[in-house]
Amino acid sequence: MAAPQKVACVEIGGIPIALSTSDDGFLALLRQRYHGFLSSSPPEFELAFDVSSTPSVSDDDIRVSRDGNDWIMKRGDFHARWDPRIGRGRVRQTANPYSLDSVLRILHSLILAERGGFLLHSASAICDGRSYLFSGISGAGKTTITRLAPADVTLLTDEISYLRPSAGGYAAFGTPFAGELARPGENCTAPVAALFFLEQGPENRVDELSSSEAVRRLMRNILFFAEDNGLVEKLLATACDFVARVPIRRLTFYPDGRVWDLVHSFGRSFERNFDRNSARDFQEVPEHA
Amino acid sequence: MPEDCIYIARSSAIAARALAGEMMVMNSADSTFFTLNEVATAIFQAADGHTPLREIVRDRVCGQFDVDPEQAQADAEQFVTELSSHGILLVSHQPLAPETP
Repeated sequence: MAAPQKVACVEIGGIPIALSTSDDGFLALLRQRYHGFLSSSPPEFELAFDVSSTPSVSDDDIRVSRDGNDWIMKRGDFHARWDPRIGRGRVRQTANPYSLDSVLRILHSLILAERGGFLLHSASAICDGRSYLFSGISGAGKTTITRLAPADVTLLTDEISYLRPSAGGYAAFGTPFAGELARPGENCTAPVAALFFLEQGPENRVDELSSSEAVRRLMRNILFFAEDNGLVEKLLATACDFVARVPIRRLTFYPDGRVWDLVHSFGRSFERNFDRNSARDFQEVPEHA
Repeated sequence: MPEDCIYIARSSAIAARALAGEMMVMNSADSTFFTLNEVATAIFQAADGHTPLREIVRDRVCGQFDVDPEQAQADAEQFVTELSSHGILLVSHQPLAPETP
């Protein structure tokens, strides 16, 4: 007789997913890892875990590919099959929190792509009721800027931002996916006020980016794993829409707390002078994209 | 058919989007990303696999932009060669059938 399955429902980005396992130790790991994101909402999706005791390595590249209608996600330390039509999948992995995080990130990236959202390699935080995103290459200062945040700023993540379209624009959600800060984000959400691409320099300043440069930088930092043309087309369309609706700037900053004064004042001046949430119409490519 | 007749078609393994007068093109296989200017966009959009490149340059480039025809043809061939090397365009001396994904 099969061992009974025990379930923890984890809701990230407003999407509740039932994670089931027959392994008590793994269930405890799930509950502890996603403590702030456990939910009593009816799950939209289900993911069953078969916990393996065979040691494995996680240094392979992630591969995400199609097998008929299913998605196959694999790395040295996990193998998962996901059927998006019925919203169910099965994962084989060791009781390893890093594998668990990776599987959930991939799954959310696939679900979000269908819904016009995406995961972004960026820190995000709520300030005065609006969320600000801080993206950039490794070492650009994502963790630094979150460390410098005033006490009244709510951290959503220092590593992976969760973005979904919302009325009039986009909303950022907190995620449990932590970077160097090793602290999960708060489980809350706020409309996106701006995305900053970070660079460190001798002074604090905000510079414009052209639309094409903004899309280029955005695409470089969106997390997607599948070599799938349909998915890339959707993400490119989403990136263009995001650029049309959200102010995107380059933020050069000197690493001290004054950079947050600039973020505050940018948010206030932008709200006064513009209404960027009314989308511009961008021409689509005929018959191809 | 002339020996140097070149036909170009867009690869099916790309995503493309027009934004603020420029064309963003991304290769799905390796995530390389290109931004095309107005002239390059005109050539890219006309790459239907059965219109010769020389005709595209004559009608879509020389007809709409103030350029020297010989220079435009040379630039177009260079552009096509570059995008072809990145898997964005398919190039042939014969007409090309549209690729199916």
